[in-house]
Amino acid sequence: MVPVNYYIILSAILFTLGALGVLVRRNPLIMFMSIELMLNAANLAMVAFSSVNHSFSGQIFVFFVIAVAAAEVAVGLALIVQIFKSKHTINVDDVNSLKG
Amino acid sequence: MHLSETISSGFLFLAPWLVFLPLIGLLVNIVFGGRMSENLVGGIASAFSGAAFAVSVLLAYSVSLAHGETLRWTLAEWIHIGDVSLDWTFRADSLSTTMMLVVSGVGTLIHIYAIGYMHEDVRFKNDPARFRRFFVFLNLFIAAMMILVSGDSYLMLFVGWEGVGLCSFLLIGFWYEMDTLARPSWSNSKAAVKAFVANRVGDFGFLIASFIMFWAFGSFQFDAVFAKAPEIQTGVILAITLFFLVGVAGKSAQIPLYVWLPDAMAGPTPVSALIHAATMVTAGVYLVTRSAPLYSSVPEAQNIVALVGAVTALFAATIAVGQYDIKKVLAYSTISQLGFMVAAVGMGAYVAGMFHLVTHAFFKALLFLAAGSVILGMERGHHHLAHGHGGHHGETFDPGDMRNMGGLRKTMPVTFWVYMIGTLALAGIAPFAGFWSKDEILLDASHHSQAVYWLLTIAAFCTAFYMGRQIWMVFFGEARHEAAAHAEESPKVMTVPLMILAALSLLGGALNLPFDGFHNLGHWLGHTLGEVEALGLNLQVAGISTALALLAILISWLIYGRKPLAKNQSDPLESFGLLFKGMNRKWWVDELYQFLVITPYVKISHFLADVIDWRFWHDWFHETVLLGAYNWASAIGLNVYADQKGIDAFANWLGAATQRLSAATRKVQNGFVRSYALSVFLGVVVILGYLLLKP
Amino acid sequence: MNFFTEPLTLLTFFPLLGVLLLLFIPGGQKNALRWTALAVSLITFVISLWVFFLSGLYDASNPDLQLVARHPWIQVAGWNIEYHLAADGLSILLILLTTLLTPISILSTWTAVEERVKEFMVFFLLLETGMLGVFVAQDLFLFYIFWEFTLVPMYFLIGIWGGPRRIYAALKFFLYTMAGSILMLLAILWLGIQGGTFSVPQLIEQGGIPANIQWWLFIAFAAAFAIKVPMWPLHSWLPDAHVEAPTAGSVILAGVLLKLGTYGFVRFNIPLFPEATLKAAPWIALLATIGIIYGAAVSYAQTDIKKLVAYSSVSHLGFVMLGLFALNPEGLAGAILQMINHGISTGALFLLVGMIYEQTHTREFKVYGGLWKLMPVFGTLYLIVSLSSMGLPGLNGFVGEFTILLGAWGAGQSGVFYWGGVWFAAISALGVIMAAIYILYMFQKMFMGPQGEVVDEVKKHGHSLRDLNWREIAVIAPLILLIFWIGLYPAPFFDLMAPSVNKLAETFSAAALALR
Repeated sequence: MVPVNYYIILSAILFTLGALGVLVRRNPLIMFMSIELMLNAANLAMVAFSSVNHSFSGQIFVFFVIAVAAAEVAVGLALIVQIFKSKHTINVDDVNSLKG
Repeated sequence: MHLSETISSGFLFLAPWLVFLPLIGLLVNIVFGGRMSENLVGGIASAFSGAAFAVSVLLAYSVSLAHGETLRWTLAEWIHIGDVSLDWTFRADSLSTTMMLVVSGVGTLIHIYAIGYMHEDVRFKNDPARFRRFFVFLNLFIAAMMILVSGDSYLMLFVGWEGVGLCSFLLIGFWYEMDTLARPSWSNSKAAVKAFVANRVGDFGFLIASFIMFWAFGSFQFDAVFAKAPEIQTGVILAITLFFLVGVAGKSAQIPLYVWLPDAMAGPTPVSALIHAATMVTAGVYLVTRSAPLYSSVPEAQNIVALVGAVTALFAATIAVGQYDIKKVLAYSTISQLGFMVAAVGMGAYVAGMFHLVTHAFFKALLFLAAGSVILGMERGHHHLAHGHGGHHGETFDPGDMRNMGGLRKTMPVTFWVYMIGTLALAGIAPFAGFWSKDEILLDASHHSQAVYWLLTIAAFCTAFYMGRQIWMVFFGEARHEAAAHAEESPKVMTVPLMILAALSLLGGALNLPFDGFHNLGHWLGHTLGEVEALGLNLQVAGISTALALLAILISWLIYGRKPLAKNQSDPLESFGLLFKGMNRKWWVDELYQFLVITPYVKISHFLADVIDWRFWHDWFHETVLLGAYNWASAIGLNVYADQKGIDAFANWLGAATQRLSAATRKVQNGFVRSYALSVFLGVVVILGYLLLKP
Repeated sequence: MNFFTEPLTLLTFFPLLGVLLLLFIPGGQKNALRWTALAVSLITFVISLWVFFLSGLYDASNPDLQLVARHPWIQVAGWNIEYHLAADGLSILLILLTTLLTPISILSTWTAVEERVKEFMVFFLLLETGMLGVFVAQDLFLFYIFWEFTLVPMYFLIGIWGGPRRIYAALKFFLYTMAGSILMLLAILWLGIQGGTFSVPQLIEQGGIPANIQWWLFIAFAAAFAIKVPMWPLHSWLPDAHVEAPTAGSVILAGVLLKLGTYGFVRFNIPLFPEATLKAAPWIALLATIGIIYGAAVSYAQTDIKKLVAYSSVSHLGFVMLGLFALNPEGLAGAILQMINHGISTGALFLLVGMIYEQTHTREFKVYGGLWKLMPVFGTLYLIVSLSSMGLPGLNGFVGEFTILLGAWGAGQSGVFYWGGVWFAAISALGVIMAAIYILYMFQKMFMGPQGEVVDEVKKHGHSLRDLNWREIAVIAPLILLIFWIGLYPAPFFDLMAPSVNKLAETFSAAALALR
């Protein structure tokens, strides 16, 4: 059986990759994929702990996360489409009209 | 129902059809009438009215089978709440069936006549499409009148009472966009509104009477009320009967509410005949007769009713003398004759009143319809001229003005002869119908009250005079207008009903001759009203009235017949000066009402609306006082003393401080998603670092 | 929540489902929006019929509150606020009137409302929920929420789709009603805290409010309701609101919203504060009588059709108030029926005025005249509705007015009106004459007489006046049918309310006797 630490390390790596992706990329699609990566990193950690602790709550939580992720993507993609319609670009740096 | 179940009720189940049949006729004409010929439309309306007459006959037969017992037929319940229990119950007794027969019988004849009359009328007024509407209204009237006479309670009577008022409004305003001379005007519609409102004033009296009645008697049903009458204080009954009198004055055109009836002549002539002479206006007489047990128990009320009737009879008769319009003369004559009937029922001579009601329905309908025939004859003559010479278009021509007529007996012989019969009946010359009925009233009056008797006798004298004047002016002498010279006789569809009515006017007296064994009507009505001692022929009373009538006709001949009026000659009576002017101007009653009632009402309502409600209450109080007070309170009361020095200063400082702070921090909001995300991560790192490194 | 055990919840909130549905339809698809709103309101109407007649859940012969839905709601700090819905004979007809008038009004906006259709329909359905909620709420707090809630959609209906002075009228309507409601809110809080419950039936059962406090509570409630009715002299907002409101808004305003006031009196004031009611009866009757005469006189002097009808409402609702405070079965039942009648007749009148306004864009009498010839169907329907409004026997108005006046006369005789006696009924009966004057004047000026300028005016714009089309006839037909039905055979309507009315009147017959 694979020790739980391995999962945690993999999860941490994935999360860091995701976080970096969100921070450095300009394309919102990529940013979404990075966010997905972070979410799934968390999912991995929770599933791992769930199996260690013989408790279902971690797995149940994962389902919620997946559902929320799906909803988030749906809303996010719709937003991107609308932004593209009005600005003719999806570069997030060009979308800064909320500047203070 | 209770009583009638025990006796054979005959054709009673047909009672509701009195109302339904005319309504069906009306609906048929509304739905299909647009595609039918005029004769068919009129024929359907007449047929359904005739069917109602057939039902009336069957009901009368049923009543006679039941030996005069009252028959009732409940159709449905109406208002049942609290102590009120009102049903749609039809009542057939000798009184109501008499009314039914008159209404539907005369009504049907007038329907038939109207087919011919309206055919020409709608063409003279350039709107043939309105032909159908006339018969719809006419059928509606028959239905409403049937509700009135067949109802078993005061409330159901009231439904018909207002229903006929509505029909009267609709039919007076039938040519609503013109005046009686077909010029664009508001006058016809004004006459219609006047009639409805005057009737409503009467209805107000009826309503009050019914409220008092309900809380005293606990019922609106005729027999229940009459049964309880002996237990009730006479004061209460006096109040009820006097408030009913207000209703009677409105509907039966008595002083002081008669003013609508002369204006009602704006309606087409069949309407004047049906509604404003033969049937609707007699509703008040019917009401008093129906309430006989109430009126009989309070002599004070009876005296007042009789006096109102007698004064009206004389007053209206004098006005009739001074009129030039052929229909106006008849209108005032109707008011006068209604006064005779009201006086009769007021004296408790119910049979005499009802007898006169019936004969009057015959001869006055005859006179009106014949007058309509005269007017159409004049129209035809005028039309003929207008097409023949072409020069008459601009001139307004009044086909109803008697000063334009003259010599019509030659051009319109049938109309002339029936008009003569009607005139003799109205003037009270034996053996025509009017003689017998009027004589019966005068005879009763001579027993009861000398004042009433003499008022009525003088009124009878005037009656004969103005009818004589009319006959000489219209039918004798030479034509005073070319239209009269070219007048043409009316078609058969009009003259045949005239001849039937003439026959009835001639023979109608046979209903109740003052000889033993001939008191048929009295005996028949006695089933309902209680048997009264029938009076014989009093030679003195009959002699005086006949002599006076003949004298009046003689005088009218001396003035108008011996030396007929020439063209544009003024009326010889004008030499009487103010007296004739008063008669001609209707004793200025309309002007008096205008001054006393209408102008003040208009002024008051405008004052209330414009000054009180709008300028004072809406604008001044709400806009100036309330809004001003609010503004004042917020502007001065708060601002100066508290706001500017205390709260305001603090708020200003707070605002300035916030502005400075946000100016400093706004740079953080650079609008780049990345930098927001970075700050989130930095925040996470800081929190995590704190948690991990926490001692 | 089980809708079959709580049908009133379903009924009240069904229009909200419709609102949800409308949100999914794009604003540009006007016809889809209209049909959806119409369908939702029609289904609501069917539901109301089902609830009261077909489901067998409602027993009309039972005088008590039925179809109860009751759950604890806000229970903090000793406050016992509940979600409590129920209906009885006092409210059932008003509920049905609301569900009937809403689809009719929506159908009347087909061509009249072309801008912001989506918002219009949303507000309309929200309004329906609010009105139904007022009629079914049996918890004072819940009632107050619905009561205030109806203001919001109406405010926007007047303020967005109204005439030129719409903002002014909407604000006046809102502020006027709010001002009265504040007092009522205080009274509600007092009752709820003192009585330990906000439930109306429970408070009535407990009773025992001292007479002097009853008096103040009565006045506080009456302030809110009297403004809504509106009773003379608090009617100043009504002409403004009616003149500026769009047709459908006027219909609902006259048809249902004014009835919230009269309903409030019969549901809350009279049963909650019986002693104060007896004390107030002559004063309310006095105001009602003045309102009848004043409203009728002022109506006659108007030159704007809508304003005339608005003032006539003051007169008609005076009759309702007179009947309510006669406190006998005749008066109460007549008043409740007259609420329905006024909703039908005045609603129909506003609908008809709206139909002609759509073509002529003016409501001034002086340009009208002779329309009957050009528009025979319209003229005839207008005549029927006018006659119903002036109380012609055989039509609905008479049954209501007659029973009210009869009841008021009886109340005067039995001493309910103290010093007023039968005078109130007698003077109010004069209103019958005055109603004939202003109604016939209106009819004459519009439909009789020579052809008015408006005909040429319309022609100048390239149109000609047309008679009603089938949609317009369909809008008005149900109301015409009801006018005849109630006039000729009102028994089913009286039967629905009679048990509850008799029960309410009984408490007063005993009280009145004790007083004498």
